[in-house]
Amino acid sequence: MPVVASVLDLIGNTPVVDVSHLSPNPRVRILAKLESQNPAGSVKDRIAMSMVEAAEADGTLQPGATLLEPSSGNTGIALAMICRLRGYHLKIVLPQNVTAERRQMLEAYGAEIIPSPAEEGSNGAVRLAQKLADEHPDWVFLYQYGNEANPTAHLTGTGPEILRDVPEITHFVAGLGTSGTLMGVGAYMAEHAPHVKMYAVEPPSGEHVEGLRSLDDGYVPPVFEKWGGIDALHGKRIVRPADSIVWTRRLVNEAGIFAGISSGAAMAGAAKLAERLEEGVIVFIVCDGGWKYLSTGAYTEDLETVIDSIEDVIYF
Amino acid sequence: MSNTVNVRIPTVLRPMAGGNSSVELTGATVGDVVGELVGVYPGLKENLVDEAGAVRKFVNVYLNDEDIRFLEKLETAVTDGDEVAILPAVAGG
Repeated sequence: MPVVASVLDLIGNTPVVDVSHLSPNPRVRILAKLESQNPAGSVKDRIAMSMVEAAEADGTLQPGATLLEPSSGNTGIALAMICRLRGYHLKIVLPQNVTAERRQMLEAYGAEIIPSPAEEGSNGAVRLAQKLADEHPDWVFLYQYGNEANPTAHLTGTGPEILRDVPEITHFVAGLGTSGTLMGVGAYMAEHAPHVKMYAVEPPSGEHVEGLRSLDDGYVPPVFEKWGGIDALHGKRIVRPADSIVWTRRLVNEAGIFAGISSGAAMAGAAKLAERLEEGVIVFIVCDGGWKYLSTGAYTEDLETVIDSIEDVIYF
Repeated sequence: MSNTVNVRIPTVLRPMAGGNSSVELTGATVGDVVGELVGVYPGLKENLVDEAGAVRKFVNVYLNDEDIRFLEKLETAVTDGDEVAILPAVAGG
């Protein structure tokens, strides 16, 4: 491998590992794309770099600028790494019910944390950041949920990498957060491999974590609506905490992939899909490693205890 | 044909559903079941469906954890023992 000048040069070009021995259907292969291999540890390195570069290119970001972003963790951590290297100040609106490791990583990279109420979850962090952005027009608000550079990073990076490495792909499975991964990869596949079907998994966070006052507090990211939304997907299912943990453990125990809990959810979604297919090749996204979830006991504690405790934590 | 399904009510809507976290209802489709739900608890109606009778944008309805927008929407058939879950759309990232 060539020597690179900066860790930022290591973003993307992530490896794919065959985990077909975990597939419930011998005629369906399942492949894991390890976004956990990005330098700040998650798939969000791609969109953070893409958003910062776009804002630098159009002049929104000037040297020494202050950025503001709502994030349940990974986007914030990725931005923090980049901002530290590029000399920007970063403020992350972070729900209080994320793991201690997420908070510590933000601090390690020098970001300032603005806490948002645990009971309002990610939607509450978005609301607070929007309010702060209105009050501080001098802060640069990249707003991952509405930033074109988010899905574009997957249209120009993740999507082409997958088709290059797995030309036989038939199905793609990823978590639905900002929807950037699914919308961007989906747009690429629609152009270059239109037979590939796109599947979203999501946690049932609304039930436990999100203290919404009404369903009107629900939130659909602008990126999702602008990039095709429901029409760009072929299916979407909830993966409950128990299944997420069971598959997170199978990934580490049977494939040596030490992944985060939402990656277990994506694997659970891939396995469910595999059961229903005649044959196929599913690629799913391991969006981060397990490091930031050790404190939840997800990997070793009694299963029932873990399921109870992660229902109060945002892990997507 | 009518089947009995379990409907999970999200925390945010429980005050409008007699405090219940789940209710047993009958119907042949998800739409029947939702119709019966808002019949029993009229306060839920405007939260769940719009004037045209479609599921509102910020609401996701799942049959056995599958989003019904990718099935036959409210026309999706239900069978005995199925589970219908109603959840608000949430952000992530």
